[in-house]
Amino acid sequence: MTRMLNDDTLDHLTQVVRDDSPDDPRYRIIRRIGQGGMGTVFLAEDVALGRPVALKVIRDGLLDQQTTERLSREARIIARLEHPGIVPVHDIGTLADGRVYYVMKWVRGRRLDEHFDSIAGLPERLRVFQRICEAVAFAHAHQVIHRDLKPQNVMVGQFGEVMVLDWGLAKTAPHSATHVPPIPAPQDQLQIPNTHETAHGTILGTPGYMSPEQAKGEVNRIDKRSDVYALGGVLYYLLTGEAPQADARSGSGGARSFTPRRRNRAIPRRLNAICLKALSFDPEQRYAGAAELAADVVRFLDGQAVLAHHEVPLERLGRWTWRYRTPILLIAAYLIMRALLAVWMRP
Amino acid sequence: MDHDTEIGGRQERFPLTRVSIIDAVRSDDPSSRERAWELLVAAYWKPIYKHIRMKWGASNEQAKDWTQGFFASAMEKPFLERYAVEKAGFRTYLRVCADGYVANERKAAGRAKRGGDLRFVSLNFDDADAEFSRGLSVAADEEVYFDRECARGLMERAIETFRAACEQSDKRTRFALFERYDLSSAENGQRSTYDQLAAEFNLSVTQVTNYLAWSRRGFRQCVLDVLRELTANDEEFREEARRILGIVS
Repeated sequence: MTRMLNDDTLDHLTQVVRDDSPDDPRYRIIRRIGQGGMGTVFLAEDVALGRPVALKVIRDGLLDQQTTERLSREARIIARLEHPGIVPVHDIGTLADGRVYYVMKWVRGRRLDEHFDSIAGLPERLRVFQRICEAVAFAHAHQVIHRDLKPQNVMVGQFGEVMVLDWGLAKTAPHSATHVPPIPAPQDQLQIPNTHETAHGTILGTPGYMSPEQAKGEVNRIDKRSDVYALGGVLYYLLTGEAPQADARSGSGGARSFTPRRRNRAIPRRLNAICLKALSFDPEQRYAGAAELAADVVRFLDGQAVLAHHEVPLERLGRWTWRYRTPILLIAAYLIMRALLAVWMRP
Repeated sequence: MDHDTEIGGRQERFPLTRVSIIDAVRSDDPSSRERAWELLVAAYWKPIYKHIRMKWGASNEQAKDWTQGFFASAMEKPFLERYAVEKAGFRTYLRVCADGYVANERKAAGRAKRGGDLRFVSLNFDDADAEFSRGLSVAADEEVYFDRECARGLMERAIETFRAACEQSDKRTRFALFERYDLSSAENGQRSTYDQLAAEFNLSVTQVTNYLAWSRRGFRQCVLDVLRELTANDEEFREEARRILGIVS
């Protein structure tokens, strides 16, 4: 027989239902620190080791097979990517209510979009970008594509360390060394298929940073160059303080709408070209991977010619002059001094 | 293995997500459709009955007739075919349809009574009448009142689901503890201590703590599962979770 609930009991049960804090004896929840599309992140204390950790658990009300598998895949992908620019995973588990969680290092810092104003000067911004590219390049070398790169998924730590977060949409090549096998499950438990492939037509990502092929749901065309496009969006953000606005799905606005120099004329042409190359609608026109993009940014920082920009002789001369400005200035000063001395010594 | 002495672990999950009954009601399979209608009526008849009594000032008999008539009419007409999830939540749609039905019935007062063929579910109007007469959840706003009654119905169904799951997995002690601490104590306003419960159930205090934590998680999942069943898609599910349970996701 159905029980009749009075108002006090109803209020009490509503409170019980609202409390979704993970309850695990090893981790004491301190507070909620973030929420993404798939999971909620809590600051917790690892009771056994006495250290703060970040605990990510499937978001309230999303307990389904797909999300469960996606979160556990995210943890296993990160665990295989040991790199200073990728937050390490310490532990993975399942709560008694069936929700999967994983535990990672707690990074004290701020998201790139929150930290943006604190980064002074173009060279420093480009160095942050270079570190992002290096972390992504490492993932690419392990056949992992992030698929959701954006300033909100980059953390800048207290000591300037840069970490790429939220690998929830990451895709691995089916036969790569990093291929993530399914979790072995007991026979009496729900079997979760290894859905490493997102169905064709499914759109995953963030508008503004999502490549055209991703925005159209052309999952089979997504590869490292899709991440390059997103990195181009991050570079655009670092140069202008805004996300690229053109509709990547339709290609409306064209590449011109991505031109950082239209926002800020002080941006050097070569850097502008790097950004545009990364943000090309055609993947063939982009850099082959994050490593190639990072290399071109380093070339720019070193005052060398960049692959993205074909220089006319005058530009080459200007760049060469700027690159060797110190010795040129010294030689010029020396020659001027000699000339002045010659004039002064003239009888 | 003695299931009542084990806590946590992967094998202790409850069955996952159910199919939305709103989709099932539109199914081509007659048995699925009939089952879905049973569930739909079971979930909503009481909130609709109380809503009719509150909003329309109907007597018990009148509200009974209109409630049964409304659901019978909904089954006959292409009621759910007209439902568009992007326009409104299902509960709101149901309430608006019920109001429309009652308004029509009042106009055609001489119409023959309907609902006599509503055989697929037993509706205990005496209980509903008693609850309404006790003035549970008095609210000036009819929408707030309807939300609260739906939340009450949801919790009642989730308790039954949780009870069945506990019995099926031989965890009766845990359900008994949950019933004693979270249901009965809240009802009579005198909550037992864990020490008292430990003595009463012949358990250690640690076991009581663990069992209650387990039960609350299980109950929580049952509530969300039932709610998911009653909503058309993920967006509506989240909106309903926020609106009637206060869960922000």
